[in-house]
Amino acid sequence: MSKHNAIQLVGIEKSFDGFKALSHANFTAKWGEVHALLGENGAGKSSLMNIAAGLYAPEAGSLLIDDNEVRLSGPRAASEHRIGMVHQHFKLVRPFTVAENILLGLRNAGAGGFRTRLRKLEREIVAKAEQLGFAVDPRKPAAALSVAEQQRVEILKVLLAGARILILDEPTAVLTDQEAERLLTTVHAFARSGAAVILVTHKMADVIRYADQVTVMRAGRTVQTLDPRSISADELVRLTVGESAPAGEYQAGSRGEERLAVKDLRSVASAGERGMLAGVNLRLHAGEIYGLAGVGGNGQSELANALMGLPGATEGEIELIGVGDLRSASTERRRELGIAAIPADRYGAALAADLSIIDNFCIGQIHSGRYGAFWRLKRSQMETDVAEAIRTFDVQGVRSLRQKAALLSGGNAQKLVIAREFSRKVKLVFAHSPSRGLDVRAAQAVHTRLRAARDAGAAVLLISEDLDEVLTLADRIGVMNSGRIVAEFDRPADRQAIGKAMVDHV
Amino acid sequence: MDLIASWLGNTPDFAVPFALAALGLIITERAGVLSLGAEGLMLVGALAGIGAQLAYGSAELSLLIAMLSASVVSILFAIMVVLLRINQVIAGLSLVFFCQGLTGLLGTLWGWTNRPVSGMSSISLWPLSELPLIGKVFVQNPVVYLTPLIFLAVVWFLTRSGTGLRLRAVGENPQAADSVGIPVLWYRVAAILAGAALIGLAGGYLSVLSTKLWIADMTGGRGWIAIALVIFARWYPWRALMGALLFGCVEALIPQLAAAGIRLPQYFILMTPYAVTLGVMIWVAASKRAGGEQPGALGIPFVREERR
Repeated sequence: MSKHNAIQLVGIEKSFDGFKALSHANFTAKWGEVHALLGENGAGKSSLMNIAAGLYAPEAGSLLIDDNEVRLSGPRAASEHRIGMVHQHFKLVRPFTVAENILLGLRNAGAGGFRTRLRKLEREIVAKAEQLGFAVDPRKPAAALSVAEQQRVEILKVLLAGARILILDEPTAVLTDQEAERLLTTVHAFARSGAAVILVTHKMADVIRYADQVTVMRAGRTVQTLDPRSISADELVRLTVGESAPAGEYQAGSRGEERLAVKDLRSVASAGERGMLAGVNLRLHAGEIYGLAGVGGNGQSELANALMGLPGATEGEIELIGVGDLRSASTERRRELGIAAIPADRYGAALAADLSIIDNFCIGQIHSGRYGAFWRLKRSQMETDVAEAIRTFDVQGVRSLRQKAALLSGGNAQKLVIAREFSRKVKLVFAHSPSRGLDVRAAQAVHTRLRAARDAGAAVLLISEDLDEVLTLADRIGVMNSGRIVAEFDRPADRQAIGKAMVDHV
Repeated sequence: MDLIASWLGNTPDFAVPFALAALGLIITERAGVLSLGAEGLMLVGALAGIGAQLAYGSAELSLLIAMLSASVVSILFAIMVVLLRINQVIAGLSLVFFCQGLTGLLGTLWGWTNRPVSGMSSISLWPLSELPLIGKVFVQNPVVYLTPLIFLAVVWFLTRSGTGLRLRAVGENPQAADSVGIPVLWYRVAAILAGAALIGLAGGYLSVLSTKLWIADMTGGRGWIAIALVIFARWYPWRALMGALLFGCVEALIPQLAAAGIRLPQYFILMTPYAVTLGVMIWVAASKRAGGEQPGALGIPFVREERR
């Protein structure tokens, strides 16, 4: 196995609107290795790799490939140096077919007419996919693919463009455990065949299992490069977060009266789509966290949408005890009733990505009259409140209160959502994958808030595909499978039994 | 019978400006640039065409100059929306008003108003031109015959060439296009210039070949109708051509009704194309037919280094 340097980034500096994203970052990956780049959200991992992929231009520092200094004028130049990056937010043209998307990334698509090339490429795609161990239909439009399939297309796209240095940005964040394992095994084999793989991640487990080397980043700096097997997981966590983060441990709550009863909730099947919910029954009590586990795509999103009042027709009943059916309640009414919602889609459903932080925060209480009536806004009151909330809820990366919410990294965007939802008295909390894509510390902050809400007497429903999260937080655990809750467990729950209920059945 | 024959015979002549302008708009908008300046660019093409015709006497050359001048003026629009990232609606509207004022002024200043030109002589497609009733459809000037060929070429370009695929990628998801090294901004500039050339041709056709003279504001809202047409056609060229024929029919009917002695208020008749536009738009919005969404990034300026 050759151990020559594949790509080296030396002394990289980069700032965005005066915010220093990278300062003196160094990174070296060798041929034949899987090299993990580990760090919290907003540590600068993606920025550094975007520089390696030619998407961003660094302000200072140099880039070496095979020990020769190169300047990348753009992604095309990076592709000529055989660097390919799979971004966290996939970059596929949705109406285009798989083959058309891949054709876009090719520098020279070969001879012949457009149709001939496309047909030839389709055969190559099938062959390459088979070689990597999965199947892809090259004529399907990208919009019709599942997240895991889209990721495979992204990987095929860079590989067929000839990439030998493969950068994967948070590849497992959107995958189920099994999918993630398959992916990482595939890229590991790819590295062993003589290529270089850079794995940008914040998941310790992936690093320990699959990486040959790991470089730790913290606050825009590269802290250390080492062999992940040479130190313990705890030490690795400490390096990443800078200080020892307390491990999540289950703390029991005290269960109160019943607060919400979901009765036989079903999706209304529309033309061409089958209803995902097939009769959900669920009871939530004050002072408890109910964890809903399950493999993604078994109706969790539809249930969350129905509960949070997002679009989607349903039959059945969602009864808020003492109030009535929630399904017809307006958003304003829901907020009056003390219902907090943390949707899975942070930038789409939870925040208005193009509005400022201050607007995103204050919109939550705009009806209450706290910020003035309809002819006037109390700007100063808003500013005081949001500044305090940002401090209390530890939202970082805020350069200005007027900056777009979209510019916050995942973890901080989630903290802003939580700050808004929990800055008033809540009785009922719906949280869907609240810590997905977050680093250890941000996830813990989210967990602490959910526990605090429960201890203050709220009923909390936690829908999560991360079984560890459910096991640490939940007082009761339900398992969702094929649009139903197929099993319920009280504490202490048997992990094996839960796992079985998740995959078994129908 | 004669009435219907001459109505059908006139339809292509009325349809061509709509068709060419709509096609130009489709090219620009498929690259993600919302182009509301069509009315203005058509006027530029119309004035430049007449000017060249009066100066050189060659209709072919006049049409080329019409295309060129519209492209040159659209550089201004390209700078505004692609480089400076000004709101595309505002930039498009200001382009229309600017062109309306400019062409009115220059037309008067240089004395080009109301000076008839000869245009191009018609070509008969024998034996089709001898057919009863629809024979007159096949006695048209050369540009009418050229129009379907231009459509064919553009459709081929958009759907069957690598460059066309990249152009559509730029309009659907510029971030994705950028990440594989497609120069998004240059593609958009090129699409604006190419689109403007076709819109300019539509204008030149109107003045040099159709009315055969220049009057200030002579496009009379055809640029706006073309914009509606593109929406109605869901950015598909062939559907736009069908739509253009439909509008051509309506417009060609107006002089026929007058000739037949059917008395309708003048303003009612002038209103019909717009009423049809409104009706078609409502029908499209209400029917929500499957297939063909608007380009994903239509009207959204592209910036690279904005982080999520």
